[in-house]
Amino acid sequence: MNGPHDLGGQHGLGPIAPEKDEPYFHAEWEKRALGITLSCGAFGAWTIDESRHARESLPPATYLAASYYEIWTRALETLLTRHGFVTQAELDDGHMHEKGREPKRVLKADMVAGVLARGGPCDRPVATPPRFGVGDRVRTKNFHPETHTRLPRYARAKVGVVEAVQGNFVFPDDNAHGKGENPQWVYTVVFDAGEIWGEGADQSLTVSIDAWESYLEHV
Amino acid sequence: MSEHHRGHDDDHGHHHHDNHFNDVEARVKALETVLSEKGLIDLAAIDAIVDTYETKVGPRNGARVVARAWSNADFADWLRRDATAAIASLGFTGRQGEHMRAVFNTPDTHNLIVCTLCSCYPWAVLGLPPVWYKAPPYRSRAVIDPRGVLAEFGLELPVDKKIRVWDSTAELRYLVVPERPDGTEDFSEEALADLVTRDSMIGTGLALSRQAKP
Repeated sequence: MNGPHDLGGQHGLGPIAPEKDEPYFHAEWEKRALGITLSCGAFGAWTIDESRHARESLPPATYLAASYYEIWTRALETLLTRHGFVTQAELDDGHMHEKGREPKRVLKADMVAGVLARGGPCDRPVATPPRFGVGDRVRTKNFHPETHTRLPRYARAKVGVVEAVQGNFVFPDDNAHGKGENPQWVYTVVFDAGEIWGEGADQSLTVSIDAWESYLEHV
Repeated sequence: MSEHHRGHDDDHGHHHHDNHFNDVEARVKALETVLSEKGLIDLAAIDAIVDTYETKVGPRNGARVVARAWSNADFADWLRRDATAAIASLGFTGRQGEHMRAVFNTPDTHNLIVCTLCSCYPWAVLGLPPVWYKAPPYRSRAVIDPRGVLAEFGLELPVDKKIRVWDSTAELRYLVVPERPDGTEDFSEEALADLVTRDSMIGTGLALSRQAKP
C-alpha cells in the first residue's frame, strides 16, 4: 500500500538528530511495549507480515507523529482485536470483560531465551530455479496495490542489475493477508541513483533493494 | 477508557510529559492489564525480554564479529560467503538475525544500511535499533541524500568515495564491516572490538582510530 511507512525519498521530515549515548529505552512504558509486543507475537496467531501491515495501516498523521514503540502498540491493539484475544471495549476500559480466544502458547519467562535465540526464519524451499541470474538487467514492477508490499514506491518501474540471488523466502504480499507463504526467490537489485532520482542525483550513489521474483521482469 | 485511565490522561499537572506521551503510556498500561488478567502474558517473560536487550544482545556482539573478521582472513571470507553461519559460530543467532549478510567497506566504497519501509535492523548483532534509525528523517533521506545524512553524524566522506545504500526491504539483515583503522596491527581481537562502534556497523560512522580508543 502507498502508506505513510513508505518513506524513501520524502522531503521535509527534519534532521536525523542522533542522540549521544542513547539509552536503550527512554521510558518505562517502552520496555513494556517491547515485551508485550514480542510476547503477543509468540501466540503464533499472526505473521510478521501481517503485523507490518497493521503498522503501515495506521492513519498517516498518526503514523508520522508516533514513536516506533507507539506504532507497535497501536498496531498490536489492531492485531489483538482482529484475532479475538481482546475487545476494543476491554482496551477502552483497561480490564478484562471475558476470557476471549486462547492462544497456541503463552510466552513464559523460561521460554524467552530459547524463543529469541531461535527467531523466526522465513526461508522456504521453492521447486523452480531462479528466473534471474547475477548481472541480469531487470525492471521492477509498476503497481500500486492497496495491500501489503515490500517494493517501495521509489524503486517501482526502475531498471537495475541483479547483484545476488539471495535464496527463497515467504512472499509478504500474500502472507500478510492470510493467502499463504507462497515462497519466491529473492534478489538483491542495485540501481544507479540517477535511475531512481533523475536530475541532480548523487552520481557516487547506488541503492539496492531486496526484491521478490514477482516484482521483477527482464529488460 | 475507565475513569482510572481517563483521569491519568487528563491529569495535566501530574506528569512532565505531554498529553500525547500520556496517551501512549495509558495504552500500554491498558494492554498490560487486560492481557495479564487473561493470563496471556507473563510479566516475568517481559522482564526477561527487556533484560536480554539491555544486558546481553547489543552492539558488542557485532563488534566481536568485526574484530574477528579483521583478525582472521578465513573468518572474514566465511563472513562474506555465509554471514549467518559465521556469526552463529560466535554464538549470535536468532530474532532479527536469522538471515544475515555482511557488507565490507573498502577504500572505494562506503556502505550504509537503512529500512525505508519499517525498522528492519540486525538485532542479533546490534541489539535494539536507536530511535533515529526507526524515525522518518533517517528512513526518508538515507536513500536520496546519504552524504547529507552522514554529515549530521559528523562524517564527511571524500567526494570520489562511492556510497552504496542497502534498503532492507526483505528478511535479510545487514551488518557493515568498517575498514580496519590504521596502526592497529598489534591490537588483540578484544582491543579491536573496542574500536567498533554501533554506528560504524550501520554505516553512519567509521571505526574509531587507535588514538580515539576509549
